[in-house]
Amino acid sequence: MSGQPFIVSASPHVHSERTSEKLMYDVVIALIPVFLVSLYVFGINAFIATAAAVVSCLLFEYLIQRYLLKTNVTVGDGSALITGILLAFNLPAGIPIWMIVVGSLVAIGVAKLSFGGLGYNIFNPALVGRVFLLVSFPVEMTLWPTAVENNTTIVDAVTGATTLGLIKEGVQFGQTISEINMQLPSTTDMFLGITAGSLGEMSAIALLLGGLYMIIRKVISWHIPITVLVTIAIMTGIFWWIDPEQFANPLIHVLSGGAILGAFFMATDLVTSPVTKKGMVIFAIGIGVITVVIRLWGAYPEGISFAILIMNAFVPLINSYFKPRRFGSKIKAKIV
Amino acid sequence: MLRTFPKGGIHPPENKLTSSKPIKRLPLPKVVYVPIAQHIGIPAEIIVDRKDKVEIGQVIAKSGGFVSSNIHSPVAGTVTKLDKIVDTRGYKKQCIVIRTDVKNESNFEETEYPLKKEINLKPKEILQHISDFGIVGLGGATFPSHVKLQIKEGKKLDHLIINGVECEPYLTADHRLMLEKAEEILVGIRILMHALDVNRAIIGIENNKKDAIDIFKKLTSGESGIQIAALKVKYPQGGEKQLVRALLNREVPKNGLPLDVGVVVHNVGTVFAIYQAVQHNRPLMERVVTVTGKKLDQPSNFWVKIGTPIKDLIDAVGGVPENTRKIVSGGPMMGKALKNMDVPVTKGTSGILVIAEDEASRGAPKNCIRCGECVDVCPMGLEPHLLMNLSEKGMYEKALREDILTCIECGSCSYVCPSHRPLLDYIRFGKSIVKQLETKTA
Amino acid sequence: MMDSILHSAILLALLGTVAALILYVVSKKFYVYENPLIAEVEELLPAANCAGCGFPGCKSFAEKLVNTEDISDLFCPVGGNEVMKLVSETLGKEVAEKDPTVAVVRCQGGCDVRPKTTEYQGPKSCTISALIYSGETDCQYGCLGDGDCVEVCSFDAMYMDEATGLPVVITDKCTSCGMCVDACPRDIIEMRPKKKRDLKIYVGCLNEEKGGFARKACSVACIGCSKCVDACPKDAIVVENNLAYIDPAYCTLCRKCVPVCPTHSIIETNFPPRKVKKVEAKVTAKVESVKPQKDA
Repeated sequence: MSGQPFIVSASPHVHSERTSEKLMYDVVIALIPVFLVSLYVFGINAFIATAAAVVSCLLFEYLIQRYLLKTNVTVGDGSALITGILLAFNLPAGIPIWMIVVGSLVAIGVAKLSFGGLGYNIFNPALVGRVFLLVSFPVEMTLWPTAVENNTTIVDAVTGATTLGLIKEGVQFGQTISEINMQLPSTTDMFLGITAGSLGEMSAIALLLGGLYMIIRKVISWHIPITVLVTIAIMTGIFWWIDPEQFANPLIHVLSGGAILGAFFMATDLVTSPVTKKGMVIFAIGIGVITVVIRLWGAYPEGISFAILIMNAFVPLINSYFKPRRFGSKIKAKIV
Repeated sequence: MLRTFPKGGIHPPENKLTSSKPIKRLPLPKVVYVPIAQHIGIPAEIIVDRKDKVEIGQVIAKSGGFVSSNIHSPVAGTVTKLDKIVDTRGYKKQCIVIRTDVKNESNFEETEYPLKKEINLKPKEILQHISDFGIVGLGGATFPSHVKLQIKEGKKLDHLIINGVECEPYLTADHRLMLEKAEEILVGIRILMHALDVNRAIIGIENNKKDAIDIFKKLTSGESGIQIAALKVKYPQGGEKQLVRALLNREVPKNGLPLDVGVVVHNVGTVFAIYQAVQHNRPLMERVVTVTGKKLDQPSNFWVKIGTPIKDLIDAVGGVPENTRKIVSGGPMMGKALKNMDVPVTKGTSGILVIAEDEASRGAPKNCIRCGECVDVCPMGLEPHLLMNLSEKGMYEKALREDILTCIECGSCSYVCPSHRPLLDYIRFGKSIVKQLETKTA
Repeated sequence: MMDSILHSAILLALLGTVAALILYVVSKKFYVYENPLIAEVEELLPAANCAGCGFPGCKSFAEKLVNTEDISDLFCPVGGNEVMKLVSETLGKEVAEKDPTVAVVRCQGGCDVRPKTTEYQGPKSCTISALIYSGETDCQYGCLGDGDCVEVCSFDAMYMDEATGLPVVITDKCTSCGMCVDACPRDIIEMRPKKKRDLKIYVGCLNEEKGGFARKACSVACIGCSKCVDACPKDAIVVENNLAYIDPAYCTLCRKCVPVCPTHSIIETNFPPRKVKKVEAKVTAKVESVKPQKDA
């Protein structure tokens, strides 16, 4: 018998292998393909932007926890790392670094730590950072460097509009969709990632790969991403069916903009999404509907970040209305 | 498709190290410490005194009321003291200390009886036997069996369910018993069917015990009435409510009993004890205990006399290994960590689990990330993360409304929590306060 | 330009009038009469809202005081006799008079005298760990050391002594509201009369086990030897279940029981040091750790 006394604790005495750190790092792994695509498309700029966001998120978390809140420093848990990566993936490649730093400060300081840190935040920190930048610096935030293969030089020489931006502008100027379609990248290009847009919304296939990995590793369940995408497809499909000259087809809507990035990586954030499957579906339908409404009739060409943030606010409500079915609350059995 | 309950549940590593080890008889203990509160309900009343000579199987403490049970001397010997001994929770409780008389031959008598199939007793007499011979539920809850078998008027009953699930990791006591005493258990089931006047019985066994399923299937082939059901391996399927749901697709109502849906559930160990009591007039004096742990030299299954100190059991498997930091009475999911090894084996001890340093410590709790994992695995459809918060913040009335009292304390939520939060600790605490408040207002 | 200013001014004025009307109607319609005495009495109470009186807060206690005829069984432990006297004058009702009390911790099983035999892992709360098992030491009666009492004290009158791991009452701050008594799952904290200069003598142990076991678990445990009973000239000490208890109603603080205790489990506080003999010097040294600190 060893010299140390026995440990006494309440049951259970075994624990599963899963820890919150492992969950977080699985998300990071899932983001690798997306990162590689953005490196391929935007070159060194993608790396700089991501590195800047990650470093400043980690640094702000450390500084605020250590010196301002004087609590335990939890930089190592991986959540600030993810916030950093996701923030960068939601920004255009050419954005000045100081803006990234400001965005990180808002994401970590305002959206996360002022609510009480990991687990207490109501809104997805990365999205708060992104939306803050979008509202504060609309010009820089919509200056999309076009995808140029093997571009390793500074990108702001060539800029273009995103798919959704083109559609929105075109419709506003009275063009029909078939006229606009001429300027749009092909759906194959959108699928592979040769379009204009934020760092992380380039390639649908890379995003789906990461999403699939997370679903297989049970980091997320399929309910939120699939419901979001299906809702977007159905809703835009209805309008496309009513008037294909006014509204773009659902495939373009699903593949373009941040739909897939948002559905798989932003909406599924564990902290800011509902806990029950029923709740998740309601939450995801809400995101889909609001996204489509903003895209079709709103001022901004893309609405998924707003949609997610709006639905984030409803999560506590969803949680208290959509509860799991209690065992034994059912009907009587027939006794033979 | 194997049957199981639909909502929640987990599948921890099974670690059934002893499933191929036949049950051995533990050497006769020198001294036994027999607690008088081994069952749920009123403790038994001591009816022996210091220096009394007791025979094996003699009643030494009498049932103290309806929900109570007789306690019999597991050995022939002399009562040396009426003392106190630590229970599984570390509190000292009244017990009877008996020194074994090594010269008394009855202590070494052959305890294997020939199989006796005919049932000669009337249902009432069967119940009397079960009550007299101190049979309690051996699955762990130790609820006096005769209470469970007395069907209140107006209640209909159509199925007897035999619980051979043993969903706790590590434990193999029921598994071995089913393999070695299958015929006796079947007679026991018939006794119960006779006593309860039901003509359908189902034995539920998880599919990781295929050999037991095969034996029972062979023995019951061509016979109607007793059905063998293989179940998908999933914890906590051994919980009554989950088992009834899995086997019959009936849901025991909230705060209800299986009887409310026409079912009575008994554990295989209990059924065997009932067989012995009814057919051979043998009181409950010993039970099968699995002594196991990854670091043990020779994890084993034992027939153990009630009252044997746990130290004797661990010595019998080669002593406490280096770096042992935790000893658990029961399985790893619901067992209790022991304070020391003086604790005696009681009617409810199904296993002793020795855990080494590397697995003994709990992870440091972190913030809840609201992943909803606990909600997914809760077999009762509760929201453990919410219940923990409510208990911690003292919002007991809200906790009651969130059905905190229906928690079966299976520990699935604590098991899966990626942030290592002590969910069940707080829920248990909340439950105890809510119960207090309920009795106060009632 | 003028138009828009005019429009907005009129609009605002209209809005303001409507809101004022609503407020007026609601305040008239839903007006609840409250006895002005309640506010007056509440003014007298200490406003600590500690629930020591048995009511959720001072306001509800004031309501009860005003609305009940006989208030002789109601008492505010924090305000004490002075406040109750003022209440009596205001309401013209008889009030009870109680001797002031103070909380004492009846366990001195610090880490050095009561060795830990197990290690507890779980939420840091006495109530929770008491649910799970009998505590880290072999004494199932003593302090669990997780500080539930300190947690509930709304007057900062308690703190955990880091050296001993036991709670300490700061007598000057203690208002004897009794929250700590309720919080302790082991009933270790007792309200004892507050005497002159805060002199106290009490048994610092609750162990009901037989002497040998108690001693083994904790070297300063009461072993129920009854020596103090013999020493007491006033028959103020009773030994029941192997445990001595000094009844404050009879104790005259003569200190004769303290030196005879073989395990030093009787605590005396705030007495001037004794002059004689070594043994007693040791006693006071033991007591030092539980002596209330004035400005902690």
